[in-house]
Amino acid sequence: MAPRIGVVLFPGSNCEHDVVEAMRLVGADAEILWHGDAELGGVDGVVIPGGFAHGDYLRPGAIARFSPVMGAVSRFAADGGPVVGICNGFQVLTEAGLLPGALQKNRGLKFVCTTVGLRVDSTDSVLTGSAEAGAVLRVPINHFEGNYTCDPDTLAALRAEDRVVLRYVDNPNGSVDDIAGITNAGRNVVGLMPHPERAISPLLGSDDGLPLLASFVAAAAAVGA
Amino acid sequence: MLFSVQVEVSLREGVADPQGATIERSLPQLGFGGVSGVRVGKSIRFDLEAADEAAARAEVADLCRRFLTNPVIEDATITVAAAEVAR
Repeated sequence: MAPRIGVVLFPGSNCEHDVVEAMRLVGADAEILWHGDAELGGVDGVVIPGGFAHGDYLRPGAIARFSPVMGAVSRFAADGGPVVGICNGFQVLTEAGLLPGALQKNRGLKFVCTTVGLRVDSTDSVLTGSAEAGAVLRVPINHFEGNYTCDPDTLAALRAEDRVVLRYVDNPNGSVDDIAGITNAGRNVVGLMPHPERAISPLLGSDDGLPLLASFVAAAAAVGA
Repeated sequence: MLFSVQVEVSLREGVADPQGATIERSLPQLGFGGVSGVRVGKSIRFDLEAADEAAARAEVADLCRRFLTNPVIEDATITVAAAEVAR
């Protein structure tokens, strides 16, 4: 049976349908999960999509972490369930404490909307498991607060434990150590600013997001098996 | 007792403040050549019921740490005063 992927919809999310379509394209059975529901309905993987959850009031992700669904997401993650946060979803995961660090305003106060090169620096995560190590993927970015930062000890740990899974080839936002995506210690929670769901067909300019999405679906299938 | 609270959220020392830098770069064009060290933050005000000022400060500090600031990049300056209650 196809693994079931739940895509969380907050008020202000705007990439949830793109993620659902992209996940179906790589063989998953994808559905929307409402943020006000306190359980996940037995899905095998969870995606926090991009957008402006709760209007990004106070700070991006700051209010979303109080949504009832986030308790269930935290428990799912603690049990080893695959979770990925894309763009605003990455911000939500850092605010919820599921990933370390924070995302601050881009260097130069620039909103960036372009396609960037992403280097796969670790294949040991739910999002990069079937990607090719060292490969450079062309994936769109679209954000104002994507400048990843963390304290020196956290950065040292991320490097030492091979938890920086994706780096920008040409840093577009000032992120420390060119970080585009990280994973948690359990390697089952990943956050990234780029949008792999927007790189799923040559018609969109790139299909380099497919190996990332396929990795995630494979990880979810392993959970559901 | 009712306390009037003001929390000023600012970026931590060493965290780049592109908004502040952009404002600062714009000012000379208006003839304000002597302005430096511009930092942009936000101010949050509320009233708080607490037993005494120490209790109010402790609660606000906890509130700031857990919600109003992101301690990775932000600091809070807290002002607590007895609220003026209309009689």
